[in-house]
Amino acid sequence: MNQWLFVAAAYGLTLGATIALIGWSYAAMRAVERERK
Amino acid sequence: MASLHALANPARFLRLARPLTPALLLAGAVLTLFGCWAGLTQTPPDYLQGDSVRILYIHVPTAWLGMGGWSGIALASLSYLVWRHPLARVAARAIALPGAVFAFLCLATGSIWGRPTWGTWWEWDGRLTSMLLLFFVYLAYMALARADADRGGDGRLPAIYGIAGTVLLPIIRYSVVWWNTLHQGESIGLTSSTIDSSMLWPLWFTLAGFTFLFAGIVLMRMRAMLARERREARMRRMAA
Repeated sequence: MNQWLFVAAAYGLTLGATIALIGWSYAAMRAVERERK
Repeated sequence: MASLHALANPARFLRLARPLTPALLLAGAVLTLFGCWAGLTQTPPDYLQGDSVRILYIHVPTAWLGMGGWSGIALASLSYLVWRHPLARVAARAIALPGAVFAFLCLATGSIWGRPTWGTWWEWDGRLTSMLLLFFVYLAYMALARADADRGGDGRLPAIYGIAGTVLLPIIRYSVVWWNTLHQGESIGLTSSTIDSSMLWPLWFTLAGFTFLFAGIVLMRMRAMLARERREARMRRMAA
């Protein structure tokens, strides 16, 4: 059992989900703030 | 306490949040990336677990933020019920989604860690089950807050639910003490740890980094919610 595959999966999932959450929150904030202006 | 009351003014909050958001995100990204790099390359493998122990550096921050997020919801809910600060209601709602995501990531990374360590993806033991319950409690909170907002509620019901949900936090915290579980006992405390410092130090970077990123996400969500509320209030005034 290659342990690095599990390590890569855990890091990839966590960092990917965090980046997606930041990107989505930023896009939603910019869209509503621009719309309001 | 006086400064907290001062911050509850949305205009004052926005003046502070605008420069604070990119600063938190930048600091969080630098600390997280450095902590991950150090955890993957600069620490020795565990004598028993091998390289899979490196999942620790992301699993612990996600658990901390999954539980810390609910503590934030509870504090904001209490503040809303006691002082009626509208910003506290917005804060509680803004924390819910990132809190749920990090609770899910805690379960997922724990499951990925469990397969090479325990030989199973999942076990219905005290720690795993109570954390899964917290994830469902987050989902129910989001549904309740959305339903309350849609029917024009005053936010009291989600606030009461936010405070009631804290009953899960000590259960999660002490589950490894109360029940003989597959999950290891407490190995990291505020003052001491059973993990050697040569393996532990990158964790402080990822803990701080993910916490800053979480705070940045919450601020962005609060800014979006406040802008949306102001837009809706203006449209109501125009329609009247």
